[in-house]
Amino acid sequence: MKTQKTKTILLVDDDTDFLDQLKLQLETRSFRVITAQSQQEAETVIRETRPDLAVLDLMLEHFDGGFSLAYQLKKADPSVPVIMVSGVAGETGIHFDAATEEERDWIRADVFLAKPIRFEQLLREINRLLG
Amino acid sequence: MELLKTLVVDDEPGMRQSIHRALSGMNLTFPEIEDKIGFDVDTAGTGSEAIGKIRQRRPDLLLLDYKLPDMSGMEILDQVQCDDNEMLIIMITAYASLETAVSAIKGGAFDFLAKPFTPAELKAAVAKAIQSLILANQVKKLAREKKQVRFQFISVLGHELKAPINAVEGYLEIIKAKTAGEQVDAYADMLNRCTVRLYGMLKLIDDLLDLTRIESGQKKREPIQVDLCAAAAAARETALVSAGERGVRIRLECEEPVQMIADAGEMEIILNNLVSNAVKYNREGGDVRIRISKGQDEVRIRVADTGLGMTPEETGRLFQEFVRIKNAETRNIPGSGLGLAIVKKIALLYQGDVTVESKKGEGSEFTVILRQPGG
Repeated sequence: MKTQKTKTILLVDDDTDFLDQLKLQLETRSFRVITAQSQQEAETVIRETRPDLAVLDLMLEHFDGGFSLAYQLKKADPSVPVIMVSGVAGETGIHFDAATEEERDWIRADVFLAKPIRFEQLLREINRLLG
Repeated sequence: MELLKTLVVDDEPGMRQSIHRALSGMNLTFPEIEDKIGFDVDTAGTGSEAIGKIRQRRPDLLLLDYKLPDMSGMEILDQVQCDDNEMLIIMITAYASLETAVSAIKGGAFDFLAKPFTPAELKAAVAKAIQSLILANQVKKLAREKKQVRFQFISVLGHELKAPINAVEGYLEIIKAKTAGEQVDAYADMLNRCTVRLYGMLKLIDDLLDLTRIESGQKKREPIQVDLCAAAAAARETALVSAGERGVRIRLECEEPVQMIADAGEMEIILNNLVSNAVKYNREGGDVRIRISKGQDEVRIRVADTGLGMTPEETGRLFQEFVRIKNAETRNIPGSGLGLAIVKKIALLYQGDVTVESKKGEGSEFTVILRQPGG
């Protein structure tokens, strides 16, 4: 049987419950999970390790913390897929998508998911991006 | 200088010329706006010419003769009026009867000017009309801003209410799918987190109801004689349990009763918010000091802690709704983000205010000043 290297996923969100839930669910699917609860914490992780994929909440301490992290991740390694998650899109009328090449380039994310996210959907996107 | 597009409609060439001359050289200043107002004047001698010019380039200001050879000024108004783009209309008439004035105003004119008039009268009428336009625009702008603020408030509120629902739902999904295995014990923390999040949500809704009641003036206020020292002692009692868990001591300094005519519920909200914040944002084993004092015509409530403290940037936005200082230290401290906004709103009801002095890493002191209603 071919052994597959365990993939590492970086989860960044300021909601501790969201992090705990996703971490547990991803770990049962045999991913290695690193969590960060703030932009600053995430920046330290990004400097020290190179995750295979990142799931970033858009709004951290600052309104666009996720954008800044995505930029730093992509700058360090453009091949790391980024899934941007946010609960604010629908409510504020600010609408993001990462459906076209231009949008992906602009928001530096490969996929944009609105909260609440369904785990199956997230897992599908993770598997597709790590494919 | 801002140029107001102006159309002068009169069948007498002399009248057109003299108005043209008077307005072209005129510029007006208003205290509400920075720019001077000047006039970019065009003229028309007949009703049909006027309608053509209005349709082509809608003027901001229309000086309209009541009686023209081919139609009346009223007929012109009927044909060109629409609701979305207002023109300031001043009707010019040789027959200064009450009847013409009334019908002109009914037809949409702001004012009317009786022939013959002096340049000073023309200037006064135009200035009055522009003043009304400025006021109308300011009212519209305020209404727009109010809508925007309301929209933002509801957006953030929606987000704040959805977050705990999402969290609880997430745990329920995990429990349902038995993601953490068959052992019931594995789910104890999750169930605990569910209750914490639901409690936080209830607190948010309670605070929100307090806030809207205070804001709307719907809350029934019952001013009675309140002893703020006794009220502070009660707030201290309430906070003792959570303070005990973190080894925080609460000291109340109030030697004799400080009486004030106030709504007891409002005083309770202020004291509970400040004292519970002082406990929540304190360090383990820290101190809280409550001081109540009476000045000549005011009462001071001061609550100091030895906790996290804030930077000047953080204290600057602290009393706004839904502002919670987010950093690694405050992350797991629950709160609705409305408490201090409510304290501020209440203080304002008592012609007072709330202020904070804070030093990062050392602690904060909040001061609420209240004045007797009518005193």
